[in-house]
Amino acid sequence: MTSRAEPALPQPASVRRRNGMVERTLAGISQAMEHALFAEETARRAGLLQALDPRVKVLAMLALLIAVALSRSLAVIAGLYAVTLALAWASAIPLGFFIKRVWLFLPFFTGVIALPALFITPGPPLAQLPLGLAITRAGATTALFLLLRVSTSVSLAALLIFTTPWNDVLKALGVLRVPDAVILIFGMTYRYIYLLLRTANDMFLSRKSRVVGRLSGAEERRMIGASAGVLLGKSLHLSSEVYLAMQSRGYRSHSHTPSVATFVMRRRDWAALFIAALIAAAAIVLGR
Amino acid sequence: MNNETVFELRDVAYAYEGKQTALEHVSLSIQAGERVAVLGSNGSGKSTLLKLLDGLYFATHGVIRAYGQQLTEAAFDDDAFNFAFRRRVGLVFQDTDVQLFSPSVWEEMAFAPMQLALGRQEVEARVDDALRALRIEKLRDRAPHRLSGGEKRRVALASVLTLQPEVWLLDEPTTGLDPRSQSWLIDFIAEQGQAGKTVITATHDLSIVDAIAERVFVFDESHHLAAQGAAGDILADNGLLLACNLSHAHRHRHAETGEEHTHPHSHPPAHTHQHAAGSQGSTADVQSH
Repeated sequence: MTSRAEPALPQPASVRRRNGMVERTLAGISQAMEHALFAEETARRAGLLQALDPRVKVLAMLALLIAVALSRSLAVIAGLYAVTLALAWASAIPLGFFIKRVWLFLPFFTGVIALPALFITPGPPLAQLPLGLAITRAGATTALFLLLRVSTSVSLAALLIFTTPWNDVLKALGVLRVPDAVILIFGMTYRYIYLLLRTANDMFLSRKSRVVGRLSGAEERRMIGASAGVLLGKSLHLSSEVYLAMQSRGYRSHSHTPSVATFVMRRRDWAALFIAALIAAAAIVLGR
Repeated sequence: MNNETVFELRDVAYAYEGKQTALEHVSLSIQAGERVAVLGSNGSGKSTLLKLLDGLYFATHGVIRAYGQQLTEAAFDDDAFNFAFRRRVGLVFQDTDVQLFSPSVWEEMAFAPMQLALGRQEVEARVDDALRALRIEKLRDRAPHRLSGGEKRRVALASVLTLQPEVWLLDEPTTGLDPRSQSWLIDFIAEQGQAGKTVITATHDLSIVDAIAERVFVFDESHHLAAQGAAGDILADNGLLLACNLSHAHRHRHAETGEEHTHPHSHPPAHTHQHAAGSQGSTADVQSH
């Protein structure tokens, strides 16, 4: 066999081109996996909330969420937000990351709802804008309430996730009388999201490795659509196989899946629960 | 091995969605305490056979009996039958990601005994025993999706070991294992055999067959049972293995010596060169691979 030498690889040009849909999808998948990994890592750190019984954390979060929802005072809600920041700091969660994580998503979900309230809520104007628009004082207060309530609530939920292994969060849901079968489904969903994320990542990488040249937007959209279809087919096959694996080990649709939680309440857990209840009650009374 | 028949199949066929044939005209029987290998190339119906034996699929034709009872959907609708069967027969799936669906190793291993409605203490004792037996104590609280291939395989076996089954159905258990883990798995199968368990292993890995089975069933690519016999006899029948796409004409193992090697061979002349006038005539190229 004779071989002909391939021409040398050209020097890469230092032109930076805009990421295509495939690259963005890959980056999104990697980011989702990194976030999940980070949450698992912070949950294992030594910190104030990590040392508490997960059931206490679930109940405390619920009590504080109710307080945030019922409070009609901006100062009280801001105070509760400050409490979440203090707890994050005491639980070895980097404050910059914690704040960014919460506020990054707020403009997308809450900002869109809060924005019209600035203008359409009747009341004395706070600032005059072109085209006859005006931000009213009542509108600004309503928007601020909404943003602060949502950011404090999301921070509370994030605190639970960042300081508790996901398995323990699921088991702790039992104290809220969530049926065991539902907890089992949540657990399996979380477990297989990883597998599907990895499969999606591999699919996109394999496509990327075979694409020569640039794809048009339409081609990329077609490719993403086809990949989504393949992934859906794979997940359907996987779900039926998993059900067989459960059946094989005796699972019946009406059988019990007893909780495997082995939590023990200690003195500090009771103390934490008491303090959380006290803060929630105070916030509700002061925020009337 | 005793004389109790664990599985008996009479003229069994199975087709996916009634159209895609996976098995046809399969008749066989397996005795308690036997170590059996089900050999076949990819897509020959090995995995389907194991799922039929585990009462997960039901024959579209013919009869399958386990411990003398016919395996039908109606039979498994009866909780008492389902309970008794699942307690005795355990299947380890080829894909460990299918087998390991729980959020932690401990829960994965506790799943089967919990379905058997055993008490908390008994479940914990069984899980602890299995963790020790497979030397995976340190994996106890880990998430299954974070384990290596070898660790996943051990946990998959442990998740069935807690059932303490009389019959093991193993689907391609060496897939993706490094040589050391493979060797460990062969030892595990041998131990189960010595403990009087029936072990039925589906594989296309000829190198492990004589170590894991005394008797072999061979399936061909048309989904029929092509042969059955002692492991040594089947492995020595190169014609059969070639016909069932389990061996290669030029690269195969010799049963007598156990050596695997490649036979050099020649292709017939592909073309001839006609030399210019005044040469010694024509010569033929012989290509060697």
